[in-house]
Amino acid sequence: MARLVVMGGGVAGHTTATFAKKWLGNDHEVVVVTPNSNWNWIPSNIWVGIGQMKKEDVVFPLAPVYAKAGIDYRQAKAVSIHPEGKEGSDKPFITIEYTGQGKEGQTEELEYDYLVNATGPKLNFDATPGLGDGNGQIGPHTVSVCTADHAVHANSELRRIFEKAKTEKQKILVGTGHGLCTCQGAAFEYIFNIEHEAKKAGVRDNLEIKWISNEAFLGDFGMGGLHMKVGGYVVSSKLFAESLYAERGVDWIIGAHVSKVEEGKLDYELLDGTTGTEEFDFAMLIPPFAGVGLKAYAKDGSDITDKLFAPNGFMKVDADYTPKPYEEWKASDWPRKYQNPDYSNIFAAGIAFAPPHIISKPAKSPNGTPINPTPPRTGMPSGIIGKAVAESVCSLIKDGENAHIHEISMAEMGAACVASAGKGIFDGQAAAMTVYPVVPDFEKYPGTGRDTDYTFGEIGLAGHWIKHILHYLFIYKAKLKPGWTLIPE
Amino acid sequence: MKVEEVNFGKNDKFNLTMIPGKFARFLRTCVLWQFIRFIVINIKMIIVVAKSH
Repeated sequence: MARLVVMGGGVAGHTTATFAKKWLGNDHEVVVVTPNSNWNWIPSNIWVGIGQMKKEDVVFPLAPVYAKAGIDYRQAKAVSIHPEGKEGSDKPFITIEYTGQGKEGQTEELEYDYLVNATGPKLNFDATPGLGDGNGQIGPHTVSVCTADHAVHANSELRRIFEKAKTEKQKILVGTGHGLCTCQGAAFEYIFNIEHEAKKAGVRDNLEIKWISNEAFLGDFGMGGLHMKVGGYVVSSKLFAESLYAERGVDWIIGAHVSKVEEGKLDYELLDGTTGTEEFDFAMLIPPFAGVGLKAYAKDGSDITDKLFAPNGFMKVDADYTPKPYEEWKASDWPRKYQNPDYSNIFAAGIAFAPPHIISKPAKSPNGTPINPTPPRTGMPSGIIGKAVAESVCSLIKDGENAHIHEISMAEMGAACVASAGKGIFDGQAAAMTVYPVVPDFEKYPGTGRDTDYTFGEIGLAGHWIKHILHYLFIYKAKLKPGWTLIPE
Repeated sequence: MKVEEVNFGKNDKFNLTMIPGKFARFLRTCVLWQFIRFIVINIKMIIVVAKSH
């Protein structure tokens, strides 16, 4: 009997574990190690952050789902990887520290035959002074919608601002809290949902709503923007993003690295090297992401963390990490197997794998501060990669070392994305987009880097309906209800 | 002044963009039109999803 250990229970980890268990059956063991007791459909957190959904609507307990599936669930955080075993044993293992199940604080060694790192990101609030509290958590000056609990807090603060806006002017700032952030899409959704709610609450006229982000242009979204065919033209997402901001009266600051956050104000540096200060009454700033800080040790106990992980803490896989200028970046730099080059029984899926480079064009201020979005790995690519890794591990377990490794590259897969711009069954709107491929391939598609027959976007009520349906569909799938495998990632 | 023209004057950045007029804004929440777009967008998304698996 082989044992697959999956570190992480988010979109990628949950997909890997549940498909692997389905395909392996009871002949082999699947263990999930995650510090969380709940699964969270993160794309709907923005609706919790405006009070249109409750926390209970976007989370569910993992334990009963894994019990039903026959998956061994450990509510614990992974601490270290020992891919060569230890003195006296060649069996690889990880160390874990329990965060629940009545074993809080206890540590344990968990042996594995195959390991999948799907730990997702560490929300690195402390990368920006004042954005964090100095202990790795969000600081007191801003709010976030990255977790369901953060979103609940964001909504209570937002309601306080709406109440004050009934009698006095208030200023809202939404965007990214560092020059190297990703997830601009979540901030985009949040700012337009706030604007929509403010209109409904009758306080829009007393609110100044402003966007601040590290994107070089509006509509970059961390993937260099996208081009689509509209009205006989091929146009950049910049035009449509700017149009939406102007239509909704939302001003913007772009190319900004937020360098410091204090009570009611933040400092920033722009791509042209100038600096500025922006005051606010309410700010939602997405933090930069980093790896979760896993350590790795060789058999003799020496630290081999830099062998398994890139400096940003994400796991090295079969990508081409050779540093090279933007002009030489290729689609083939991106990984296909998500397999660690040194330890073939270790894979990384979703946000946990180290990308070879960013997707957007790199940029620095004259002061040398890098200001560019880091690559997004949204739900669909994370799910597809998680499923591909599950297929690879199952093949290896069933067919041995020479088994076929499933391959899928972000430079060959597309992504469908629906960005809410206001919730309402008849007055809601969302930008429905597809990009193909996610990572532009300028050799295959000279010019835009993508196939404009399959890359499109439009805003309207239909997009909102799709986002709302997807909310229920993906939670249904994650709960492993009848027919769950028929719902694509 | 037409609604869509108000924001052009608020900001130099807004002045250089395109802002949808009354008909474009009506279509965005017109249930009948959006039902058609719902079907079209779903078909497009299913094609991209199918190509990605």
